[in-house]
Amino acid sequence: MQDTLFYIFSALTLLCGILVVFNPFSRNPVTSAMFLVLTIISMSGLFVLLKAFFLAAVQILVYAGAVIVLFLFVIMLLDVKEEERRRFQKFGTFMGLISVIGLAAIIINTTNQTFTIANQSEVQSIKETFNQSGAAETKPLGKLLFTEYVLPFEIVSLLLLVAMVGCILLSKRNTSKEEAK
Amino acid sequence: MEWINNLPAEQQFALFSLLKILITVFAVVLPMVAYSVVAERRISAWIQDRVGPNRVGPWGLLQPAADGLKFILKEDFTPNYVRKVYFWLAPAVSMVPALMTLAVIPFGTKIGNQNAVISDLNVGILYTFGIVSLSVYGIVLAGYASNSKYPFLGSIRSSAQMISYEIAMGMSVVPVFMLVGELNLTKVVEYQASGAWIIFKQPVAFVIFLIAAFAETNRLPFDMPESESELVGGYHTEYSSMKFALFFLGEYAAMIAVSAMMVVLFLGGWTLPFAGLNEPAESLVMGLLQIGIFIGKLLLFMGLFIWVRWMLPRFRYDQLMDIGWKRFVPLSLANIILTAIYLYFTYKK
Repeated sequence: MQDTLFYIFSALTLLCGILVVFNPFSRNPVTSAMFLVLTIISMSGLFVLLKAFFLAAVQILVYAGAVIVLFLFVIMLLDVKEEERRRFQKFGTFMGLISVIGLAAIIINTTNQTFTIANQSEVQSIKETFNQSGAAETKPLGKLLFTEYVLPFEIVSLLLLVAMVGCILLSKRNTSKEEAK
Repeated sequence: MEWINNLPAEQQFALFSLLKILITVFAVVLPMVAYSVVAERRISAWIQDRVGPNRVGPWGLLQPAADGLKFILKEDFTPNYVRKVYFWLAPAVSMVPALMTLAVIPFGTKIGNQNAVISDLNVGILYTFGIVSLSVYGIVLAGYASNSKYPFLGSIRSSAQMISYEIAMGMSVVPVFMLVGELNLTKVVEYQASGAWIIFKQPVAFVIFLIAAFAETNRLPFDMPESESELVGGYHTEYSSMKFALFFLGEYAAMIAVSAMMVVLFLGGWTLPFAGLNEPAESLVMGLLQIGIFIGKLLLFMGLFIWVRWMLPRFRYDQLMDIGWKRFVPLSLANIILTAIYLYFTYKK
């Protein structure tokens, strides 16, 4: 049952992911965005199969619920007609392929290194803890974030804050100058 | 009934889950949606000193059947200039999330030896927020698919409004879970059964959640997306027949879902603090009684939704954004910090 679900969800993720960037039926950016939503939902299905319920829920909440809605917002407001008329870019496709191959190489390499015979016992212990508690229960996740990984966590928060302040500063109208005029 | 007990556990689980889904959706929620439309019309008539629909059946109780028949028999008109796929997709997308939210709502303890919750997820509340946040797609797609000005403006307004109020809503429930220490909705109800309801401990959170719920379901005083006087019909201007009905019913289904969330989070779910109704049910009658209590509380909120709609005028759009971002978000942040300070000083090791 779980295996079948895994294959269904991964096939959906891949198919929808491909349709986001390479859709032979439509060059409409909104269609791409909607396929991105489907990709993310099927990916959170994969997370559920890994018992990472928290990650799955947050994935849908943040990406499908907020980020892509904003994408749609921008696409609709800008009314991107040009993109629909443009044909496939050879250079873009080429560079995309190269980055896909590079990323795949890195992932395969890391996986191979992790699962060598040398650290078989380590893999076994990871498997055991996984079976006991699930991959990412909310409580242990929170504890880890605020104890062991507190520095990276704070750095990320600071980065987000900077981005937010920057956004507000950029989009704010300079009222004092306008009044002076 | 012997054969049910003889089934393997997995099949038994699947069978009962399916049964629970069918009963909740088709026997409880959809009739409730239909009758809240009647309630809306009767209560509005009562507030405006009219009679309201009272001709179909005794006291107008068969009105939903007449309305449904009328919707089906109307011409399903698809304008020439719409984007067809999205035009068909949008009404379904606006109806489904509201029904999906109900999967994690514990509406009782036990019926026989089955839990009275479809899926006892340990991140229940995040799931509901995730699904609720998907409901914005129905409106956005409707506006985009209609390919004309009023629906487009309506959908743009609505997506901005829903995203803004989702933040306030999400942050307002954080203190609740700081008190309970769990994200599971069943645990939230158990916590309230053993003490006071959370509405008495977190009144500010409740008020913010309630108001955000009005905004999330696009009800007056926050019905910007379809404000008739400015935008004709808003996002569903181009829709007719059953497609329009799906938007219309989706709004009520969303109201029911949000009301159920409020009952579970703040009003103690299926519990009542007297006559031993705080205990998990042992007999079938008690189990059904608890579900009755839950539905009673839910109807209270539905009544409130309808009552407010006919009492208050609509906000202006900039006022709505101001309240969301400049009042509720800071207020709920302050609430989180206060709760944290309180818990820090009262925490026993």
